[in-house]
Amino acid sequence: MNNIIESLQYYMQYPFVQYALIVGTLIALCSSLLGVTLVLKRFSFIGDGLSHVAFGAMAIASVINLTNDTLLVMVITVVAAVLLLRTGQNTKIQGDAAIAMLSVGSLAVGYLLLNLFSTSTNIAGDVCSTLFGATSILTLTKSEVWICVIMSVVVVVLFCVLYNKIFAVTFDETFAKATGIPADRYNLLIAIVTAIIIVLAMNLVGSLLISALVIFPALSAMQVIQNFKGVVIYSAVISVVCAVLGIVLSILFSTPVGSTIVVANIVVFAINMLVSKLTRG
Amino acid sequence: MAYITCEDLTLGYDGSVVTEHINFQVNQGDYLYIIGENGAGKSTLIKALLHLMEPIQGEVVTGDGLKPYEIGYLPQQTVVQKDFPASVWEIVLSGTLAKRGWKPFYTKQEKQCVRENMEKMAVWDLRKECYRNLSGGQQQRVLLARALCATTKLLLLDEPVTGLDPKVTAEFYQLLQELNQSGITIIMVSHDMQAAAAYASHILHIEKDTTFYGTKSQYQKSEAWKAFQYTAGGAAHE
Repeated sequence: MNNIIESLQYYMQYPFVQYALIVGTLIALCSSLLGVTLVLKRFSFIGDGLSHVAFGAMAIASVINLTNDTLLVMVITVVAAVLLLRTGQNTKIQGDAAIAMLSVGSLAVGYLLLNLFSTSTNIAGDVCSTLFGATSILTLTKSEVWICVIMSVVVVVLFCVLYNKIFAVTFDETFAKATGIPADRYNLLIAIVTAIIIVLAMNLVGSLLISALVIFPALSAMQVIQNFKGVVIYSAVISVVCAVLGIVLSILFSTPVGSTIVVANIVVFAINMLVSKLTRG
Repeated sequence: MAYITCEDLTLGYDGSVVTEHINFQVNQGDYLYIIGENGAGKSTLIKALLHLMEPIQGEVVTGDGLKPYEIGYLPQQTVVQKDFPASVWEIVLSGTLAKRGWKPFYTKQEKQCVRENMEKMAVWDLRKECYRNLSGGQQQRVLLARALCATTKLLLLDEPVTGLDPKVTAEFYQLLQELNQSGITIIMVSHDMQAAAAYASHILHIEKDTTFYGTKSQYQKSEAWKAFQYTAGGAAHE
């Protein structure tokens, strides 16, 4: 035990570990706040779809040799999010089919582009680290940390101020619209914020595992809590605890960061489900 | 002037007409039943009344002090709501949102109004319960309390008794009648002809090609009523 604490203290001195913890906590917090709304609105898969779009965008960015690719990736992902929301209202292609199409499509195009044009010698390694976030969270620069901090503060403030309206729009969109709340505008906002969070979260867990950050905390909280505010708060707590735990464990045992965080989330989900089964008899 | 006036309304999607030549008025204190077969355009009419879609032709005019967004709507239950973790209190509170514009948090006054409406609907004791665990009748009363927080003038109910057992249905109708007698105007979209005969003051009967609008006694003398009686009666005897 002493050993572990000592080695933790040793690692904590390094700025890259501190950065990873700061960014991890913030992203976990934001994604869990959004997650509750997305899961309840039956948009769980939007996170998955958008993260693959982000992968495709990243491939484009690396092919044209952009040094700071975050901006391009973010713009493309936000546009995709807005488009997905639109197709949800169009009846020709159903919402879930549109997401699936975009999702696999951009994955394929992204990988193709990387293979055809990439100057890197280790394509497989690059792809793997984008998909699973292998080491990128430990190589964050100071400016990336700042971007993440600012974005997270914006998301949290927005969420708090609009909390009551988000609840109304999530619970009953028609009623909200009928009483004059511009529900479409809130849906648009939710889609844009989701896209931003996903691009930021790619650093943490990689694009394949982002959905887990969005879905698991919300689902865990919904197992045991019976009111909306409680679910939001509890899922934020779960998400942050799992992220910190996952990062620390991955450093101690040299496991991949993203998968460790997701496994922590799975364990918490299982525990919550068990508790819910037991308490309800 | 009436609360709502519709003159020669044509409704539909993307230019294809669902229903046309709809004429009716809703005045303060009315209890209007909108009846008609599935596909006749009842839900399209609801959307138009709530200003969720534009009519192809004609206009939904609100007047007599009723603002366009002052209609308390009781929707049919959606899939989302079946497993939604929300307390009764949170749901009724969200009914007051529309009146307050950009202010982010609820005031004491609004909470007081919520409490009064919940007591009126006898759901105050359930305020900490989770909505998804309530019975169908309780859920409808919660949604009614929410609608009353949004408006004190006009309620629009979309098939509210679907899936309720007869006793709860009767209680719910009783409750609505009391609200109506206290001055709240009610528009009810329903299949239930017996209830329409018992409670309605006016009836709007929508068919693909013909619509009828008038008071209940006018309606019971009309051809539409006889036709409906015949088909409904025929179905019941089979």
